[in-house]
Amino acid sequence: MPEGRTGSQLDRNRSSLLVQAPRQIAGTALSLALTFAGLTAVTFVIARVMPADPVLAIVGDRAHQDVYDAVYRELGLDQPIFVQYLRYLGQLFEGDLGVSIMTAQPVLVDLLRFFPATLELATVATLLGVLGGVPLGVLAAVRQGRWLDHLIRVIGLFGYSVPVFWLGMLALFVLYAKLGWVAGPGRIDIFFDGMVEPVTGLILVDSALAREWEIFRNALGHLVLPAGILGIHSLAYLARMTRHFMLEQLGQEYILAARVKGVPERAVIWRHAFRNVLVQLITIVGLTYASLLEGSVLTETVFAWPGIGQYITSSLFNNDMSAVLGGTIVVGVCFVGINMGSDLLYRLVDPRAR
Amino acid sequence: MKRRDPLLIVDGLRVTFDTPRGPVAAVRDVSFVLGREKLGIVGESGSGKSQTGRALLGLLARNGRMAARQLAFDNVDLLRAGEGERRALRGGRISMILQDPKFSLNPVMTVGEQIVEAFRVHANVSRREARLRALAMLEAVHIREPGHVFDAWPHELSGGMGQRVMIAIMMVPEPDLLIADEPTSALDVTVRLQVLALLDDMLARRGAALIFISHDLNLVGSFCDRVLVMYAGRVVETLRADELQSARHPYTRGLLACQPRVDGDGSDLPTLDRDPAWLR
Repeated sequence: MPEGRTGSQLDRNRSSLLVQAPRQIAGTALSLALTFAGLTAVTFVIARVMPADPVLAIVGDRAHQDVYDAVYRELGLDQPIFVQYLRYLGQLFEGDLGVSIMTAQPVLVDLLRFFPATLELATVATLLGVLGGVPLGVLAAVRQGRWLDHLIRVIGLFGYSVPVFWLGMLALFVLYAKLGWVAGPGRIDIFFDGMVEPVTGLILVDSALAREWEIFRNALGHLVLPAGILGIHSLAYLARMTRHFMLEQLGQEYILAARVKGVPERAVIWRHAFRNVLVQLITIVGLTYASLLEGSVLTETVFAWPGIGQYITSSLFNNDMSAVLGGTIVVGVCFVGINMGSDLLYRLVDPRAR
Repeated sequence: MKRRDPLLIVDGLRVTFDTPRGPVAAVRDVSFVLGREKLGIVGESGSGKSQTGRALLGLLARNGRMAARQLAFDNVDLLRAGEGERRALRGGRISMILQDPKFSLNPVMTVGEQIVEAFRVHANVSRREARLRALAMLEAVHIREPGHVFDAWPHELSGGMGQRVMIAIMMVPEPDLLIADEPTSALDVTVRLQVLALLDDMLARRGAALIFISHDLNLVGSFCDRVLVMYAGRVVETLRADELQSARHPYTRGLLACQPRVDGDGSDLPTLDRDPAWLR
């Protein structure tokens, strides 16, 4: 009889879960370290082999040869490239990312200023995308082929294909310049700039912590447009993907089984189908969030948003390689972190992946 | 309900699917009356046997339509019943076991959760009570460590166990009619008979009726009281199971003839002959 065996088989599955957990954590840590080493190595080498001369960027075209040589040695450029890389890694672990030529500040200080702006924007945009796109996708799937489905699909197509800079300019023109419903470019009115103690760097959080509600409202007014426009983009994408996943699940046998049981349609959709859709959505939402954290140069430019996308881009144009390297590392760490996070969540939601 | 009254009356059932190439009739004018008995419906794939079962539950695919002169379950007119009324019948009084537990169990819900849900949809009981009932049900389907299996995930079960869990889910609200759509086709031959014996036992204990849908004429013949043979959406012959060997319709005889036999001489099996005249 098969039952006698299965009891112990289940036991084995359970206990192997306990044995596997530390091993999985160790494996994840190792792959994290390797990813990090690869990331820094590649960006470092690219930065060094670029035909731009970091010494010239500092001393200028007309500097004397002696000055040039001194700076050359000071930057350690006379050493072999792997020595330079190890030295860079060593400094990195001490929190020293070098000094930006463009801002004349330590790169770390710059990043602490620019990255939270992107983090705030990306987080709000992703929240909008998830809270809007997922229910719309479910709704479209449930009403497949009806007018509501077509409407949602058109909205999705529009949101996904309309250029961000065009929509951004239009929104600024109508909602800010003409109607005055929202605040204009930038993160906050100059009047309020620097008035709250930066704890997290996220103005919304900092002003809420300080109970400065006027500043909070002002910052929100500035955030609404760029976050809304990035949000529409991810909303459109998530709605499309959710619709697709949902239709796939609704066609499965276990949905028929749930209906046979007499389960109300709402529970069939949310308790049965959506829980399976969630498994697939986690990965997609993680990727969307990560790509937004990279900084969206177009949106940041249109809305004069001092984010990491703008920082990396302008550093690149100015041959400011320490800044580019630092920014890239932050973006890379975000990517790896979010991937790990969605991996963990995935295991939590899908028993088959444990 | 009087013991003599038929449980289910199906008169002139038609199921049609709207396709891009126009309507396709899957079930054409099927009629039968079911008491507290075991009825087999046999036919090739596409003969309309599964759609007959799904029509009784009101669970056709989106593009399906059904019509009938009469469709009554225990004096409830299924053609007039609203969605709420039909849902109360579903699971509660008419239930269905699907072919493959690998697909018919929700992969991200534990076994226990799925049995408890089936029970609580129809019975207003506490979680604790429902849990006890589910555990008892697991024991009733001969699962040896109900506590273990209650917390197990569907992918941790073998095929035979999965189908027994499925039986537990579908029988827990004590339905009067169980439709089993190829319940053993996805199982190993060795566990097939165990599952069938279990099904038989559960039905007998609860006095429930069964509609057994299968392509396997011999299996149905040995398991059921009566057999309906379907071809191209119609019932071509109705027989008592013990009269199966004396079937008169050429299609039924053809089906019987193309079954392989262990003691056969190993020669090629005959191919079914189909006569368009059968559909008239």
